[in-house]
Amino acid sequence: MIKIVFFAALREQLDCAELSITADDVKTVDDIKQLLSEKNEQWQQTFSNASLLSAVNHDMVDGGQLVKAGDEVAFFPPVTGG
Amino acid sequence: MSNKMSDVNTAEEISIQTIDFSLADEVALLEQDNLTDGAIVTFTGRVRNNNNGNSVTTLTLEHYPGMTEKALAKIITQARERWNIGRVKVIHRIGELAIGDQIVFVGVTSKHRHDAFAANEFIMDYLKVKAPFWKKERISDAGQTSESWLDAKTTDTDKAGLWS
Repeated sequence: MIKIVFFAALREQLDCAELSITADDVKTVDDIKQLLSEKNEQWQQTFSNASLLSAVNHDMVDGGQLVKAGDEVAFFPPVTGG
Repeated sequence: MSNKMSDVNTAEEISIQTIDFSLADEVALLEQDNLTDGAIVTFTGRVRNNNNGNSVTTLTLEHYPGMTEKALAKIITQARERWNIGRVKVIHRIGELAIGDQIVFVGVTSKHRHDAFAANEFIMDYLKVKAPFWKKERISDAGQTSESWLDAKTTDTDKAGLWS
């Protein structure tokens, strides 16, 4: 399984903090985005936003990053701390 | 990675906390038993009472536990690779904050001032675009209150880009 977590505005838009998917269905972060986009119109709209950031195991990555079972993948908006 | 100071414990350099911090206490810790560094540069960020012309009442800070610490540790390591610095402390508050509250602290020591000035600014600039924190502000407008997530600023991305 791959654990997927969402933060800030993204979590609120999706009304979802985390979920799990089987690792068999996806090879990359972009595959996960594609899979989640297919849920419904809200998810499709959210994941079509080009400014969306992603992380695998707490490191910021781009969409081509490979994923495997046991990974934690995160999606979130551009950061606004400081 | 190579650290000039082998006894640097990155975990002790970073604190994500709900409680306030004391600038005097943090400076004292940076100075304590540290007679090799002649320079101390500190930055403190506070909650403004306005943003884009709106009247802000409170700010709520969310973060990604685990990734936040890892991202900040990486930024500090990068600063150590670029400049000859001694001690570093980064504090970032989370949760609900009021106008005037302190949000963030960065303290850096070095033998001479240039390294501490540059490293401090670098750490803040990178924190702004790489550390997973998000601000939600509550705005009061003509008696109506509303909440909204802040948009990231391209000026912050541009500023961080100047270091690369």
